[in-house]
This record gives sequence, structure tokens and C-alpha cells, in this order.
Amino acid sequence: MSGLFAEEWAVFPGHYAGHLRLALSALLTGLLVSVPLGILSARREALAGPALATASVVQTIPGLALLALMVPLMGGMIGFWPAFAALALYSILPILRNTIVGLRGVDADVREAALAVGMTAHQRLRQIDLPLAAPVIVAGLRTASAWVVGTATLSTPVGARSLGNYIFQGLQTRNWAAVLFGCLVSAALALALDQVIAQFEKAAQRRSRLRAMLGAGGLALVIVPALSVFITGAGLQDGAPGTGRVSEAPSLQGQTIVVGSKGFTEQYILADLLRRTFEAEGARVEIRDGLGTTVAFDALASGSIDVYVDYTGTIWAALMKREDPAQRSAMYARVSAWLLNERGVMAAGKLGFENAYAFATSPELSAQHDLQTIGDLPGLTLSIASDPEFFGRPEWTRTRDAYGLRSLTTRSMDSAFMYDAVRNGEVGLITAYTTDARIDAYNLVILEDMRAVLPPYDAFFLLSPGASGNTALLNALEPLQGAIDTGLMRRANGKVDLDRQSVGQAGAWLYEQVFESPE
Amino acid sequence: MLLQAKSLEKSFGGTSAVDGVSFSLEARETLALIGHSGCGKTTTLKMLNRLIEPDAGQVILGGVSAFGMPGHEWRRRIGFVIQQAGLFPHMTVAGNVLVTPRLLGWDDDRQQAKLGSLLDMVGLPRAEYAARYPAELSGGQRQRVGLARALAGEPDIVLMDEPFAALDPLTRDGLMEDIARLRQELGFACVLVTHDFSEALRLADRIAVMDAGRIAQAGTAHELITAPSGPVVAELLKAPRLMAERVGQAFGAEGR
Repeated sequence: MSGLFAEEWAVFPGHYAGHLRLALSALLTGLLVSVPLGILSARREALAGPALATASVVQTIPGLALLALMVPLMGGMIGFWPAFAALALYSILPILRNTIVGLRGVDADVREAALAVGMTAHQRLRQIDLPLAAPVIVAGLRTASAWVVGTATLSTPVGARSLGNYIFQGLQTRNWAAVLFGCLVSAALALALDQVIAQFEKAAQRRSRLRAMLGAGGLALVIVPALSVFITGAGLQDGAPGTGRVSEAPSLQGQTIVVGSKGFTEQYILADLLRRTFEAEGARVEIRDGLGTTVAFDALASGSIDVYVDYTGTIWAALMKREDPAQRSAMYARVSAWLLNERGVMAAGKLGFENAYAFATSPELSAQHDLQTIGDLPGLTLSIASDPEFFGRPEWTRTRDAYGLRSLTTRSMDSAFMYDAVRNGEVGLITAYTTDARIDAYNLVILEDMRAVLPPYDAFFLLSPGASGNTALLNALEPLQGAIDTGLMRRANGKVDLDRQSVGQAGAWLYEQVFESPE
Repeated sequence: MLLQAKSLEKSFGGTSAVDGVSFSLEARETLALIGHSGCGKTTTLKMLNRLIEPDAGQVILGGVSAFGMPGHEWRRRIGFVIQQAGLFPHMTVAGNVLVTPRLLGWDDDRQQAKLGSLLDMVGLPRAEYAARYPAELSGGQRQRVGLARALAGEPDIVLMDEPFAALDPLTRDGLMEDIARLRQELGFACVLVTHDFSEALRLADRIAVMDAGRIAQAGTAHELITAPSGPVVAELLKAPRLMAERVGQAFGAEGR
């Protein structure tokens, strides 16, 4: 670790190349779809109306949602293709709209004169309509370029590597340098592409070879940082399913294992731990991190990733849609059976810790209202913050109804921020994760769940249908079974969240604890 | 007989715009189609080069029927000049003038020779104007480039749709003189659509007065003035007649 952004530069080529590949291919596709469609629509109201309406509806879907939607729509595939599809859809509207507007803006006299001098309809389109509409069409392309480069940062949760990996991981691990770095590079790329397009436009307008060379030079400069990655292809495989990565070979030697991770500190650390574990057995490991909950599971079920860690309560509520509570080991048994029967996914053992939701408050507030259990809350007008997923789950309504918590006002916020929020008194309560180191560090008071309404959240390994038969992989996971208790996980999380260490450092520390110092 | 228009008919959305118009034109002859707005004169003109396809009728140029070939091939044989010139704004003067020769596949030498002679004829010396864009020209200059473009394919006939309407009187006079001179030099026939009798008077050999989609009367200016066929023609001639009287009085008073 030396110099500004040293850690970020280390993974730069892969992140940047992934981002550039996504943005350029989506833009090119948008252009190839939208310009012909715009030409067809410009003089046919019956086509222009529906085409523009459809593109506008797509545009109103928030970028993150559109990206996430692509995963189930494409059969659970994650990585480049769903991100590409969403971004290409996103790029259509501005180009389509401007193509139609540009073509309709061509002066009627000029168009009639073109026919009068003897042009065919096709010649008029090429020699008159398109050149005159070009500035408007290119303006649309520039808008699309800015949107696509920006939105591509949101493709991390669907498993496509991009500059968004800096931002998502940085936000979750509170590594602001990484967030800033991701934003800066993404903004610089957007500006650079905009200039490249502008130069090409001027070159075409003025038939200027100098401008064309400037544009080509700019494009080359944009591509150069990604060149090594493009040439070797390293770091770009986004885990297309079914490439025979896993087998029943006795050893992991020479196999490629794709490890998934959701987008929070603990998951990043566990993915790093798995990487170290498999690499020690000779495997090549790819990590798809920052995935959303359902995205991660869909990716596993479809074989886009081989293994990741999830929590019993999450599967119980989010996938099995069960609303009833269950005892801890009974829930694990039922979750395992459901996964295998319904989705062909294998539950391959618990890690040993539980990362449940627990109601936590500040020591000051606890003293002021004499808060010890959730049962002390009814009637108090406090705000409670949690991640957006929690308030949508039955366990919240169940807890609220069981204890009569109607007087609480809910606030959704990113889990990275809620601990500071409760510590500062900005919110009264949070649903803390029990493995979060900030519970100890901030002296937060956990309110006891006397009625056992909050479900258990045991962490366990999930293996894709293809990886379930991989004995070598199962063997490699063996030393991790029950090896990490809540205290150990909390300490590992604390290294990142509190001590500002990198995920890699925390992963290395945890690996050492599990494999090298059995106490 | 250079051009024959036979029984042309056109209606738009059930409303008849042109209802059985026939006329013919000798080589080098100029016919003016004159009438109020909506009388069908522009529709008639555009049916001659098939910018508007007639519902019925026939157009024959030099013995060849208009409907035996694709519209664009037909139009390459006919010059067309419109009110606002309709120049291609992204092309230079040279590019605009040479559009039709290029479409006709002329070789470079022939194109360049044509460009030079035409620009000289319309008073826009090639050295100074060929590389300019339409936005860098005055209204009269643009209309001259439009004229040169219409003549570049060496058509036997040029159609003009109110070519002077957007010009100031002085520029209009100059352009009319140019057109009269070019007709002498190049010998093309012309169909001129106008609502201004004095333009017809100055440029046309024959005048056809149109009303409600039909030709009300056709003949020389003298025939129309001395024997108007009906109230429509008489009404159209009222203003020029009054003008002529006043001018005559003015000149007479001066001479006395």
C-alpha cells in the first residue's frame, strides 16, 4: 500500500476494461437498433408512436431495477450479457428520439427539391435526410453515451465487472477512496467518450481528416488502458454457465471456481476467504461480488456462479416465502430440503455464525427509556432504520404486530450508514446485523427478542446444481464447516468497517484464523 | 410538339384539386399558369414531373410517356425551380448545381464545364461562388443557384413554381431578365406558375388562367385582355388593366 489509490490501481485494468466493453457494445447496439428504427418511424406515425412509447417506458425504469430485471428475464444468467442487454435498451430512447426528431426537422422544400432533381427515395435518405439530421442524431448518441457510461456503474449487482465495483464495495466497506476513484474514472470516461463522438461528428461535417484523426486518437487513448485485458481476455469472463468448470475430479487443480458474494462487508470477506481456500487447493478463482440477494441466488441456480454464502432466514422468507417462524436447526433442515428439491441447489454446511437482525439502540436512549427488550418499545415514538429489504419481509410485520410497534416510524437506509445514524441519535433504533463489529465498538444495546419472533440467520454454503457433485470442492469447504463463530466474524468485519483495512487484509486474517492457528 | 398534358385529374381526400386539365407546349415556348391560391396551378405543375402522381391523365414529353419509367428517371429530364430555391444547405453551390449531372452519371470534365458555364450565365462567377454554402448567399443569389441547378441536366423543359415570390422587386426584375436571356441562349421550354399577371406578361408566350381546377381560358396576353372568356378572367385582369391606364396617363401627361 503506497501512494494515492494504490489499491484501486491494482484492479483497475479489469474493472475499466469491463466497464468500457459494456458501454461501447451497448452504445453500438443502441445505435444499430435505433437509427434504422428511427428512419422507419420518422415518416410513419403508426410506428413512431409505439416505438417511442416503448422506449420511454424502458427509460422510466430505474437503471438498477432494469439491470436486476434482466437476470430473471435471461434465465438467471449473470455477468456481461444481462448488463449489456439492460444498457443497450437504455441507449435506445435518446438515439431513437433524436433520429426521428432530426429526420422530421429536415426542411420540406429541401426534401421536395431532392426528388425534383431526380433522386430516388434511397438517395434522398443517404444524401439529404441523414446528413441534415446527423447533428441531432449525434446529440442523441452523446446523451446515450453519458447515460450508458454512468448506468454501467450499476451493473456490479448483476455480476458484470465495471467501475461500479469500486463504488459498491467502497460504499459497503466505507472505503471512500474507492468510491471516489470509481466515480472519477467513470466521469472521466464519460467526458472522454463525449469528446471522441464530438470529434467524429465534426470530422464528418467538415470532411476534416484532422478531426477524424483526433477522434480516432481519442478512442485509442480510451481503449489503451483496457488493451491488456481485451487481448488476454483475463478478468472478463463473467461466468457463462455450463462451461465445464466443475467436475468430479479428485483435486481442484486446474479447475475454475466462480465465487459469488452479495454487496456487504461480510460477504466480500467471505468471498475472499473462499478464494484463498480454493486457490490453496490449486483452483483458479473468479469472484462475482456485489450481487443482489435474488441475483446471487438466481446466478447460483443457473450455474453462473458455483458457490456463495447465504443465510437461512433470507432463503426462508425471500425465496420460500414462508412467513411463519421456525426453530434454528429445523429451519436449516427445511431450507436445505427445499433448496435441493425445488432448485437443485445444495446446502453444503453451516459456517458456524449467525448474522441475524437484532434491534439495537444507543446506550443513551436505552438509559433514557430503560430499554432492555423489544417489549419495552410499544408506545414510544422512535424511528427505526433498516436496509430496504427488511421492511419488505414478513418478519418485520410479524415483529411489529407481535410487540405492537405501531408507534415506530420506519426509515430505509443503506446498512453502511445506519450504525452511525443510531449512534448520533439521528434514528432511535436500527435492525443491526449481529455480526457487525460496530455493535461492540459503539456500545450499542441489543434489545432482547423475548418472544423469539425474529428468525434465525445461520450462514451456510450454497452450491450450484453443477457444483454439488464436485467432491474436490466439497472437500475444500470441509475445514470451514463450523469454523467461524459470531465473534470471529464480527472481528473480521471490524477490520474493514472500523480499522479501515482492505477486504483482502481481512480475508487473509480470517483465513489465518481458520487454517493456521487452531486454538 | 414538345410537351402534352392530357386530361390531368387529381383529388386530395375526396376534394378535387385538378379536374381535367389539358394543354400542350412547343419547344422553346413558355406557358404561364396563372390564378388565385387553390386554383390547382401548382398541383398541375407538379403532376408534370410526377412530384404529384395524377389520378388520371397523361403527360408526354418529346414523344415519351411519363408513366413508362420510374419517377426519378422522369424527373432527371425536367428542370424544377421553387419559391425558396430549396437548396441543399449542407452542399456547396457547386454541389447543388451538379446534383443532377452526377445522378445522370456524367464524367468529371463534362460536369466541370457545365458548372463553369452555368455559374457564369447566372452571374455567379465560379471562382468566387462555387465553394460557398447556401447560407452565405443572398436570396437572389440562392434563387440563381436554384435556376442553375434546374438547368444543369440540360433539360428540354423547366418547371417554375412562383420563383419570384420571395424576392424583393429589384432582385425580381434582375432574375426575370436573366431567365429571359437564358431561354434565348439555351432554348428550353418553360411552364411558369404565378399569381402575378405582370410576371406572366413579361415571360410567357401564352397564358392559361386556371380556376377551380380547370383552365378557364388560354391564349396570348392580347387575346385574354381583348376577349376575356368570363368573369374570372376579367376579374384577374382588372388590376393590371387599371395599372396600365394609370401608367399610360402618367406617361401621357409627361409627354404633353
